[in-house]
Amino acid sequence: MTKLLRLLPVLFVLLLAAPAVQAQFDQTPGPNAPTSKDEVQLYQTPDKLTGRVSIPDGKLGVLVQPEGREWREFRMVWLKIIAGVLFLGPIAALAVFYLIRGTIRIHGGRSGRPVLRFGGMDRFAHWTTAVSFLIMAVTGLVVTFGRTLLIPLIGHPNFTTLAEASKYMHNFFSVPFVIGLLMIFVLWVRDNIPERADLVWLKTMGGIFGKSGEHPEAGRFNAGQKGVFWAVVFGGGALAVSGFLLMMPFAVTGIGGMQILHVVHGVVAALMIALIIGHIYIGTIGMEGAFDAMGSGVVDENWAKDHHRRWYEEQLRTGGANQDERLRHHAAE
Amino acid sequence: MARMKFLCDAERCIECNACVTACKNEHDIPWGINRRRVITLKDGVPGERSISMACMHCNDPPCAAVCPVDCFYQTADGVVLHSKDLCIGCGYCFYACPFGAPQYPQATNFGGRGKMDKCTFCTGGPEADNTMEEYQKYGTNRLAEGKLPLCAEMCSTRALMAGDGEVLADIYKERTVRRGYGSGAWGWSTAYGSDDRGGAFGPRGGGAGAS
Repeated sequence: MTKLLRLLPVLFVLLLAAPAVQAQFDQTPGPNAPTSKDEVQLYQTPDKLTGRVSIPDGKLGVLVQPEGREWREFRMVWLKIIAGVLFLGPIAALAVFYLIRGTIRIHGGRSGRPVLRFGGMDRFAHWTTAVSFLIMAVTGLVVTFGRTLLIPLIGHPNFTTLAEASKYMHNFFSVPFVIGLLMIFVLWVRDNIPERADLVWLKTMGGIFGKSGEHPEAGRFNAGQKGVFWAVVFGGGALAVSGFLLMMPFAVTGIGGMQILHVVHGVVAALMIALIIGHIYIGTIGMEGAFDAMGSGVVDENWAKDHHRRWYEEQLRTGGANQDERLRHHAAE
Repeated sequence: MARMKFLCDAERCIECNACVTACKNEHDIPWGINRRRVITLKDGVPGERSISMACMHCNDPPCAAVCPVDCFYQTADGVVLHSKDLCIGCGYCFYACPFGAPQYPQATNFGGRGKMDKCTFCTGGPEADNTMEEYQKYGTNRLAEGKLPLCAEMCSTRALMAGDGEVLADIYKERTVRRGYGSGAWGWSTAYGSDDRGGAFGPRGGGAGAS
C-alpha cells in the first residue's frame, strides 16, 4: 500500500509531462517534407542520426537531432503558457477569494495562552527550504520570462548580468533546498500519513467555505497540509533530480534526455509555484494566527482548538500546551 | 545581398578532416571545442558517407529563438552570430540546435558551462571588424577581408563549399546532373527550408531575423 502511495505522485508528474515527452518520442516530418532519397533518412530514423567521428568526443557524432524542434516549441510556447497561467492564475483566484471571504478569524479571538507548534529544528527546516525555493522560483522565472518582459525594460547588458547571477543562484540554492527537503521529510513524515479523518476534511474542503467557521477535526496536520507535504516531497524531489541532471550535461543523459528533463523540470516547477502561492496565502493574510506557527513557533490556544483540535488535545495530555511558563515568554517576544 | 550558406557534398567528402584542422588553427580554438566536425555514417560498410558539419546559419535559427538573453543576431549576409558578452552559458541553444553546433568550454564550478562558442562563418562577432578583441572572442573575420570561410577554401575535393547560397545550389545541381543521381544537400531542408527566409522550423517565427 505504501509502495503504491509512493508511486502515485510519480505517475502524476509523469502524466503531466506526457504530452511534451510524447512529442519527443513521436517524431513526425516537419513542414519541409524531404525532397530526395538521401534526406529521407534524416526523418525516418526514429532516433537521431548518429555516425562516427575521429575527434575524441563521441557525442559530436550526432549529425542531426530533429527533437530540438519540439523542445523549442515547448520552451517558447508551452512553458510560457503553463508557467504564466500557474503563476498568475492562483494570485488572481486568491485575490478574488480574499475579497469574498477575507481573513479567516480565530473563533472567539485570541486567548493569549500559547501552545508550542513548531520547534527550532522544524522552523529551520521549513525556512531553509522556503527561502531556497523562493529564490529558485524567482531566478527560474527571470530566465524563462526575462527576454520578453525584462530586456525591453532594462536592456541587454543589464539583463545578462541579472540572468547570469540568476543562473548561479539557481544552481547553488539547490543545495540548501535539498537539505531542507530531507529534514522536512524526516521531521514530519510521521504526522503526514493519510488517515480516515482526512476524507472528512477533504469533503468539506477544510470548512473554508462554511460561513459558520466550523472546522473538521484534524491532528497535527490536516488533509490540506498533508497534500502540501507530499507535493513538496515529490515535486521538490522531482525538481532536485531533474535539476541536478541538467547541471551535469552528458553525465547521465544525452541531449534528448536533457530536453525531457527540462520539460519535467519546467512543468513541475510551475505546479510547485502555484501550490506555494496558495500555501503562502493561507499562512499569512488568509488566516489569522497561522503565521505564528512558523514565525515564533508558538500558536494561540484558540487557533489550535479551531484548526487542530485533536493535536491540541494531545498537547494537553503530553504537556505541550498551556503549562510551560517559558512558552508564554517566547510568545511575548 | 548574398545569402551565405554551407553545402557539404557527401559524395565527395573523403573524411580527411582538413576543414576541422583549418578551423581550429585559424581561430585558435581551445582544446575540447569543435566548431566543425566530420561525421561518418555507415562507417566501413557499403553506402558509407562522410559529412562535414558545423553551424548551418539557419534562416530561422532555433538557437536564437530559445536564447533567454537574446544574444544572437543575423548579419545582412544571413550569418548567425552571437555576443559572448551577453551569453550566460545556459545551454538552451544546444538543446534546440538540430546540428549540435553550439560548444561550451569545460568550465568552472558545477553547472559548468562557459560561454557558448560556435562557427561564425569566419565572420567574427559584434566587436569592430578585425580587432584583437574580436579575434580573442570569436576568431578571425575573413568575410570582412573579402575571403570565404577557411574550412571550405581548404577542402581538397571541393566537397565543402561556402558562399552565396544560390551559387552553391547551382554548382551542386550541375554536379548531381553530371553524376546522374540526385542527393539532397545535407541539412539544407532543416536549415533553410523551402524559402530562403523564415519558416524552416514551423509556423512560429521569432528568430534573430525577426527580432
